[in-house]
Amino acid sequence: MKILATNILILLKAIGRGNWYYFAWVTLLALLICAGAAAYLRQLSEGMIVTAIRDQVSWGFYISNFTFLVGVAAAAVLLVVPAYIYDFKPIKEIVLFGELMAIAAITMCIMFVVIDMGRIDRLWHVLPFVGRMNFPSSLLAWDIIVLNGYLFINLTISFYALYKMANSKEYNINIIKPLIILSIPWAVSIHTVTAFLYNGLSARPFWNASILAPRFLASAFCSGPALMLIVFQIIRKISRIEIENRAIFKIAELMAYAMGINLFLLAAEFFKEFYSGSVHLAPMEYLYFGLHGKDNLVPWMWSAMAFNITAFFIFLRPQTRENLFTLNIGCVLIITGIYIEKGMGLVIPGFIPGTLGEIYQYSPTVIEKLVTVGVWATGALIYTFLLKLAIPVTTGELRFSGKEKPVRAS
Amino acid sequence: MKKDKHISRRSFLKGTAAGAATLAIPVGNTDASVWEAFFQQHFQEMDADEKARVIERLEQEYKKRYNREFSIKTTDAMPGVLFGYGLDLSRCIGCRRCVYACVRENNQSRDPQIQWITVLRFEKGEKFVSNLEEADKYYYPEKVPEEEYFYMPVQCQQCENPPCVKVCPSRATWKEPDGIVVIDYNWCIGCRFCMAACPYGARHFNLKTPRIREEEINPETHYLGNRPRYQGVVEKCTFCVQRTRSNPGRYPACVEICPVGARKFGNLLDPDSEIRYCIENKRVFRLKEDLNTSPKFYYFFAT
Amino acid sequence: MGVWRLSILTTALFMIFLLRAGPAAAADKHGIPEFSVPPPPFSEGIFPCSDCHADMETNPERRQLEEHIEIVKMFDHASDQRWCLDCHNPNDRDKLRLASGKLITFEESYYLCGQCHGTIFRDWKAGVHGKRTGEWNGKKIYRLCVHCHNPHSPRFKPLKPLPPPKRPEEIRNSHLTNEQIPSNPLEALLKESDEKR
Repeated sequence: MKILATNILILLKAIGRGNWYYFAWVTLLALLICAGAAAYLRQLSEGMIVTAIRDQVSWGFYISNFTFLVGVAAAAVLLVVPAYIYDFKPIKEIVLFGELMAIAAITMCIMFVVIDMGRIDRLWHVLPFVGRMNFPSSLLAWDIIVLNGYLFINLTISFYALYKMANSKEYNINIIKPLIILSIPWAVSIHTVTAFLYNGLSARPFWNASILAPRFLASAFCSGPALMLIVFQIIRKISRIEIENRAIFKIAELMAYAMGINLFLLAAEFFKEFYSGSVHLAPMEYLYFGLHGKDNLVPWMWSAMAFNITAFFIFLRPQTRENLFTLNIGCVLIITGIYIEKGMGLVIPGFIPGTLGEIYQYSPTVIEKLVTVGVWATGALIYTFLLKLAIPVTTGELRFSGKEKPVRAS
Repeated sequence: MKKDKHISRRSFLKGTAAGAATLAIPVGNTDASVWEAFFQQHFQEMDADEKARVIERLEQEYKKRYNREFSIKTTDAMPGVLFGYGLDLSRCIGCRRCVYACVRENNQSRDPQIQWITVLRFEKGEKFVSNLEEADKYYYPEKVPEEEYFYMPVQCQQCENPPCVKVCPSRATWKEPDGIVVIDYNWCIGCRFCMAACPYGARHFNLKTPRIREEEINPETHYLGNRPRYQGVVEKCTFCVQRTRSNPGRYPACVEICPVGARKFGNLLDPDSEIRYCIENKRVFRLKEDLNTSPKFYYFFAT
Repeated sequence: MGVWRLSILTTALFMIFLLRAGPAAAADKHGIPEFSVPPPPFSEGIFPCSDCHADMETNPERRQLEEHIEIVKMFDHASDQRWCLDCHNPNDRDKLRLASGKLITFEESYYLCGQCHGTIFRDWKAGVHGKRTGEWNGKKIYRLCVHCHNPHSPRFKPLKPLPPPKRPEEIRNSHLTNEQIPSNPLEALLKESDEKR
C-alpha cells in the first residue's frame, strides 16, 4: 500500500516537472478545457437548443468529431502490424506512443458521444445488466462495447509495458502478445462498427452504401498515422527518445497506399452516384455542388479533395515522402482533409436532404465549438501527461521507488 | 446560431452556474422524489404496484409544473387489435387543422415548437414519394387547396418493422402488441439514433424543457402517449394512445378534426373496419415501401 | 336571410348539431349502418317548406325564380341537366323525391345523393367517404352529405390554412413566462366557432 502511494507520488511529481514550454502548453490546455466545460454546463442547463442541432439534422459537430477520432484511434494498428507481425524494429520502438495516442483518442470519442446525449443522467440505462442495453440489435450498443474494449486493451498493453519498465524489469512479450494480436482486429472493429452505425440506416441513402466501412478504414489509416508522424517528430525533438527516420518513412509509405485506396473508393462512389443519377444522388450533389442553392459544405469538400490528392502524391513519391518538410506538409493536409471528409462531410449529408426532403444547412454554434475544443484539449492533456510519464520511463529516467538506475549520460 | 454570438457574458455565466447546479443534484436537501425519478425502472419492467407509485409521483410532478390535476393512464394494449390508419390523398386540402389538433391533444411543446404531423405540399405532376426534395412544408397561401398543388401529411407510420426501435441502445422505444411504437420518456437517453433511423421524420427531440401554456395543457394523458415530456428526450405520434386504447375508444384527434374526412382509423384485424375497407377497395400505397418498414399507415385515393 | 343555406364546415360547428343529434338510424336493407347523425343543417326558419308552399300552386316549368335568390345564384350542381323539382317533391315540399318517385325525408337525403354518386354512397356507408367522429370501435357519428356539401353547390369551399411550422433556423433559445408562450392557433379558431354558436 505504502509502495503504491509513493509510486503515485513519483508519477505526480514527474507530471509536475517540466520546462517553461511544458507549463505554457498545459496551462493553455487547462484554459481551453475550462472554456469547454463552461460551455458544456450551459448546454446541460439550457438543453441542446444552444447547439445548431434540430430535428432535421439531429447529429452535428460532436458526432462528426467522434467519427474522425475513431479513425485516429483505430490507426494505432498501422504501427502494431509492422511492429509485431513483421517485427520491423524501428516501429516496434515507437508503437507504445501510438497506443497511448489511441487511449487519448478513444477517451475523446467517448466524451463526444456522452456530451451529445440529451440525458446524461440516464447514461446507466445503456449499461449491460444495470440498465437495458439493446445488444445485439443496436449498433450503438456494439459501439459502447468495442470502444470501451479497445480502451481497455490499449490501457492494459501500454500500462503493463510501462509498469514493467518502471520497475526496471524486462517485460514478457508473450504475456501481452495475445492482447496485441487481439488489438489488430479490434481496431478494425471499432471503425467497422462505427461505420455500421451509419451504414445500417436505410432511411439515409448517403450512409446506406456498403462502401462506407471500407472507406472509413482507408481514411483512418491516413489520418491517424499523419497525426502520429507529427507527434513522433515532436517527441524526438523534446526528449531523448530516438525515433528513426526509417520508421517515419515506412509509416508514410503505408499511408500513401491507404490514401490511394481511399481516393479510389471515393471515385467509385462518385461514379456510381453521378452516372446512375438516381434520387440518392442528392446528398453527394449537396456536398460537392450544392442542392437548390444550398451549398455551405461545397468549399470545404473541394478543399478536402484537393488536400487529400496533393497529400497522396506527396506520400507516393519517395523524394517528397522522405523529405521531412514536404512530409509534414502532407501530414497537415491529410489531417485537415480527412477531418473535413470523415467529420462534417460524412455526418451532415446523411441528413441532407432530410427524410422529408428538407434542406437545413447545419453549422455549429459557438457553444458547440467551445465544447469541442474543450474535448480536444482534454484529449491533448491526457496524451501530454501519458507521454510525460512514458517518455522518461522508456528512457530509464523515471523509475519506481527503490528501482532507480543511474541515469544514462546523454 | 446568430443569437449565440450575442449571448452576453452575464447570461453565459448564469447558464454555467445553473448547469453546475444540475450536475450537483445528489446533495443533501433534494427531496426523495429526485432519487426516485433517477432510479425509476423501465416501464416494461415495472409491476402494477411500481407503476401506481410512479404514476402518483408523476401526477404530483406535473401538478407542480403546470398547476393542473393530471390523470395518467397505463392502459395495456387490447387483445385482437392492430391499429391502422388511412389517409385519402385525393381529399386532403392541406389546411393543417390536424397538425394543431395533434399539438393540442398531445401536449406538444409550443416553445421550442414541436409538431408531430408535417404536411407536405407538392406541385401537381411533380415526382414525389421517392424524392421528397421538391416538397414544401412551409407553404402559407391565403386559402387552401390551391389549384396547382396537392398535399400529403406525414406522421409516424407505426411501422410493423420499425427501424427506430431496432437502433435504440437502451430499449427506450418499442412496438406494443397493438402495433403502436411508443417511448418511455423516463428511459430515453436522448442519443437521437432513432431520429437518424426513421425514414419519415416522425421523431422529434426536446431541445429544451417543453413549454405549454398552463391553460392549454391536456391533463388527460397516457404514460406512453401524451403526458408532458422532458428536456433531452425524443417523442412521437402514438395514434393518440390515450384516446384510442379503450373499449369503446375514441378516434385520434387528427381524425376528428379533419374537415374533409380524409383521415381514417381502425382495427386492421377487424374485417368490417373502415381501414380494412380502404385497403380492400381503394388504391393504397405506403410511404417508402422499398425500405421494407411495412407501415400501418396507408395513403389512398378514394376517387 | 330566409334561404336554405349551409354553414362552412369546421369541426366545432358540428358540435352545434351534435347537441341536437337525432336518434340512430337502424341498419336497413340498403346496408345503411347504424349511426347517429345530426339533423340536416337547415337555415333558420326555412323548414318546414310547406309553411309557405302549402297554398302555392306548383309551376313545373324551368324558369328564373324570383324567390330563393341566393340558391339561384349559387346553383352549380349539374345545373344544365337539373332543376329544383328533380329533387324537391313538387306536391309536398317537406319531402324530397327519388327518381323512382319514392318520397323521402330530408333526414334521409343520402338516398337522393346516392342516386348519382353511387360509389361515394357506398364509401360513405362504409365510413370511408366523409368525416367520422366518436368511437372507432363503438358509437360513430356520421354526417349527412349536406353537412359538408351544399347540395346546390357541392364543391368544397377553400379554407384559410393554419400557420406553417417554424423553420429550424427560427427555433431559438428563450425564457418565456406563461403568457408569452405562443398559443396554439387552433384555440382561437375553436373559440371563434364557439362564439358563432
